[in-house]
Amino acid sequence: MAVELSHYLLLSAVLFGIGTLGVLTRKNLIIILMSVELMLNAVNLTFISLARHAADQEAQVIVFFVLCVAAAEVAVGLAILISIWRKRGTMNVDALSALRG
Amino acid sequence: MGLETVLFLLLAVGAVLTALLVVTTPSPIGSALYLVGTMFCLAGLYVLLAAPFLAAIQVMVYAGAIIVLLLFVIMLLNLRRIEETVPRIWRIAGLFIAGLTLLALFVAIVRGSSVLPDMPAVPDGFGKVKALGEILFGKYLFAFEATSVLLLAAMIGAVTLVRKTGGEGRDGR
Repeated sequence: MAVELSHYLLLSAVLFGIGTLGVLTRKNLIIILMSVELMLNAVNLTFISLARHAADQEAQVIVFFVLCVAAAEVAVGLAILISIWRKRGTMNVDALSALRG
Repeated sequence: MGLETVLFLLLAVGAVLTALLVVTTPSPIGSALYLVGTMFCLAGLYVLLAAPFLAAIQVMVYAGAIIVLLLFVIMLLNLRRIEETVPRIWRIAGLFIAGLTLLALFVAIVRGSSVLPDMPAVPDGFGKVKALGEILFGKYLFAFEATSVLLLAAMIGAVTLVRKTGGEGRDGR
């Protein structure tokens, strides 16, 4: 059995599904943030396996940009999280319903 | 089975197991530590996919910076596990939606993979710093500069959000 492109794509689909599951079923804000990171990484894996497959390095450069955006997202996300903790004293998304979402 | 297959299977199983543990562990600290495992497995897969530079970046930025930041916040705020009082129906709905997403992706991949050609040989210098740098500072120079503005904006935003403004907040009231 040789490793093919579809194996990598299936793996990233599984990781993306696990990330979705985490976002939908967990109540802890910080774990939801980590699940989003997991989904971003699944997409990165797709990019890199397709870059390898098409022998095109531009997709790897895109992954570089995704990493930058993920870093910015985590910084701002954690800042929001800290200010929520200061104001409300909870991390439970059920208690944070001021926007009636 | 060749070495590549064995490595792929090991890393893939490791990544999926640690990812499952990330979303099922009750304590945030445990989740963050398992996420490091996922990141390392993915970095290994990047090496298999001829992307050594991105594998290094993955370890440095994700495992090194982002997870440390997450752990810092978890420990600073002294977050403990919160009672996961999700109603059963919502948990089932979440599982259902995630399963549906997964199924859609699976079908698309399995149907699409028959038309895909085989993996080509890796060209010389593929995924190395020099080749990526030439693309990054050539064709994507504008996007690269825009990224620096984005990071600056995120930095200023983060500092502004957590700054204590005289007497506000839970402990200052």
